Amino acid sequence: MSDLQIKKTSTLYDAVIVGSGAGGGMAAYVLAHAGLKVLMLEAGPFFDPAKNSAQLKFPWESPRRGASTNTRNFGDFDAAFGGWSLDGEPYTTKNGTDFQWFRSRMLGGRTNHWGRISLRMGPYDFQPKDGLTTAWPITYDDVKPFYDKVDRLIGIFGTVEGLENEPDGIFLPPPAPRLNELYIKKGAKKAGVTTIASRGSILTQALPNNKDRGACFYCGQCNRSCKVYGDFSSSSCLVIPAIKTGNLTVIANAMAREVLTDDKGLATGISYINKDDMQEYQVKGKIVILGASACESARLLLNSKSSAHPGGLANSSGVVGKYLHDSTGAGASGWLPQLMDRKRYNEDGVGAIHIYSPWWLGNKKLDFPRGYHIEYGGGLHMPGYGFMDGIEAKNGLVPGRDGKMKDAGGFGADLKNDYRRFYGASFGMAGRGTAIAREDNYCEIDPEVVDKYGIPVLRFHYKWAAEEIKQAKHMQDTFQEIMHEMGAIAEPPAGPETMYGLKAPGVIIHEVGTVRMGDDPKKSALNKYNQAHDCNNLFVVDAAPFVQQGDKNATWTILALSMRTAEYILAQRKKLNV
Amino acid sequence: MNRRESLRTLAIGAAATGLLLDASCKPGTQKITEAAPPKEGAPDPSRLPNEIARDKKLSEEKFFTDHELATITVLVDIIIPKDEKSGSASDAKVPEFIEFIVNDMPEHQTPLRGGLRWLDVQCLNRYNTTFREASNQQQIDMVTLIAYPKKAKPEMAQGVAFFSRMRDLTATGFFTSEMGVKDIGYVGNSPTIWTGVPADVLKAHGFDSVWG
Repeated sequence: MSDLQIKKTSTLYDAVIVGSGAGGGMAAYVLAHAGLKVLMLEAGPFFDPAKNSAQLKFPWESPRRGASTNTRNFGDFDAAFGGWSLDGEPYTTKNGTDFQWFRSRMLGGRTNHWGRISLRMGPYDFQPKDGLTTAWPITYDDVKPFYDKVDRLIGIFGTVEGLENEPDGIFLPPPAPRLNELYIKKGAKKAGVTTIASRGSILTQALPNNKDRGACFYCGQCNRSCKVYGDFSSSSCLVIPAIKTGNLTVIANAMAREVLTDDKGLATGISYINKDDMQEYQVKGKIVILGASACESARLLLNSKSSAHPGGLANSSGVVGKYLHDSTGAGASGWLPQLMDRKRYNEDGVGAIHIYSPWWLGNKKLDFPRGYHIEYGGGLHMPGYGFMDGIEAKNGLVPGRDGKMKDAGGFGADLKNDYRRFYGASFGMAGRGTAIAREDNYCEIDPEVVDKYGIPVLRFHYKWAAEEIKQAKHMQDTFQEIMHEMGAIAEPPAGPETMYGLKAPGVIIHEVGTVRMGDDPKKSALNKYNQAHDCNNLFVVDAAPFVQQGDKNATWTILALSMRTAEYILAQRKKLNV
Repeated sequence: MNRRESLRTLAIGAAATGLLLDASCKPGTQKITEAAPPKEGAPDPSRLPNEIARDKKLSEEKFFTDHELATITVLVDIIIPKDEKSGSASDAKVPEFIEFIVNDMPEHQTPLRGGLRWLDVQCLNRYNTTFREASNQQQIDMVTLIAYPKKAKPEMAQGVAFFSRMRDLTATGFFTSEMGVKDIGYVGNSPTIWTGVPADVLKAHGFDSVWG
């Protein structure tokens, strides 16, 4: 006897949303507040930072002192439920290429642990002038009103700078630099590199007209998620408020299998597996909105084949899965002898960066298109696993308190003192840059492999090209110049043998582009409102619609575009088009 | 919600996890102090059930023999001894941390077990005794041969690698303990208002303002 059956509900929702991250959360927020009856499916458990955050724990409260595990890739206190590999949910790669896919299975998705660095894409990011990368079907001016509304709704700190391709927002005051960052700022200036206050979605002041969120109290632990909702997570700032309208129902632990369509090819709902009872369910909606993450949304579409959509839903163009691109990323670190024996004070600051360097060379002709920004950090941070590892590489390089050089390494009271002397002297810098969206970097359905739910999995094909490697070299050269001007001692730089420290595709977790928008239905899956060309009641609101990412982190643009799509849906409903 | 209200919210939320907040202080001076521990058996809401189960299992596993753990205890106290400011590594329960971490991170197991045996064989050849049972002076002499990577003889290279690993694990174990955090002078993880680097520090480092 089999007890497996497909359970169908009779409720017809105005919209069914798959995924609760930045894109799905914003769509749910706008639609539920407008009075639509919305159902959201989330593949992981319910997560409320107020209850589930590990904020304010000390290192000794973790038996591994905050070290990472297979289930907490960014450390024992980090908020993400998920990681680079999920038990029973594999993905594969093709032709020896590499792609690392980070998935958070939880309400709010990856917005619970992200770095809160909230940058707008600029005019040249939407309409590039480099002659190499593809233009979007929209301009900065199309998106600006939504960036403005996102700033007001969610809150962001920063400074008005008037830079050409780094548009200003509506800012709360930024946190001042830490001591290490003042040295970085000074060194960068001497090296000809602009540094400005960071831009982050953290409430350095109370958000006007918002009684549900608290102001930041500067613990620097945004990656653990915030118990007072002082930073942006989709869970705390969008989904939970949307639930309070009474118009949003969330089903947690619901792993979407495919988008259901009717004979005419229109979307009718979602089929999913409930991870709690392992039963199959179908839910119905007048509109289906995918916000499952760039790669997961592409996977859903490619797995939703029907006679009306033989190549997968919204894929008559064949572009779904293609043009996958992550930001480039490379880093360097060093330490400042000037910061040895420094005075102690609470320097936790905020959980995002305090200063950064927006791309400072504009449209200058280089051997790679456009550029990158640099994120900086350092300070008197909470000790954790790996605290001052490798001190033998440092303590032989500078004189002791007695003015005499000594042998590197050591033990005993003298070593114990060295740890005290070196604490807080280190810093790091990381470049994040434009990677070119290429047709040949893609995800597709692996013809042979399924996950534990029987859902065909993704297979990735991704290779960096000369442009990205040259950009990483430029980053390393810049890092060395800045560190030299700072009077710092640099850790050994990454050279050509590691592609200048260029991280594997996916590692920066800015993957976008797999369901690109465009005006031409033969070359794109979605129109400029993220509506499928082939299926007008289907929308995608995560980072999949991105045509070409700039060096800016994707989240603020996901939020703005999802809000724009949700408002478009409301306008179209009034016109009875969907 | 302003900062004071948000701290009050935090205090209410935190009461369940054993934290209390004195919301009557002025902003910037609030102190969070340990109160009663969470109710026995109440699961940590920030952990997934499989993580809680795994941590419990790991904490019950024992990798090292009594001799190995005793040797580790001697070593970590040589690396971080008691001084006028704080206690020793074993006072901060570093051996217990190392026992846990080798179960959590099996990649440490063979280098540590093999390194301990390497050390014992060195001492047996030199002093006709294991490292643990050697005299304090003999232990220090032995450690001196492997504690300075640039100065150590090539035939000591395996010992150097072992000792560097021990030094790293000892530093982590000590400075992430309550005693070690106090020693190193980390004073964060408590609500405050960050207004930039303090004026006296700015001055000492030659900066004119909090923005440099």
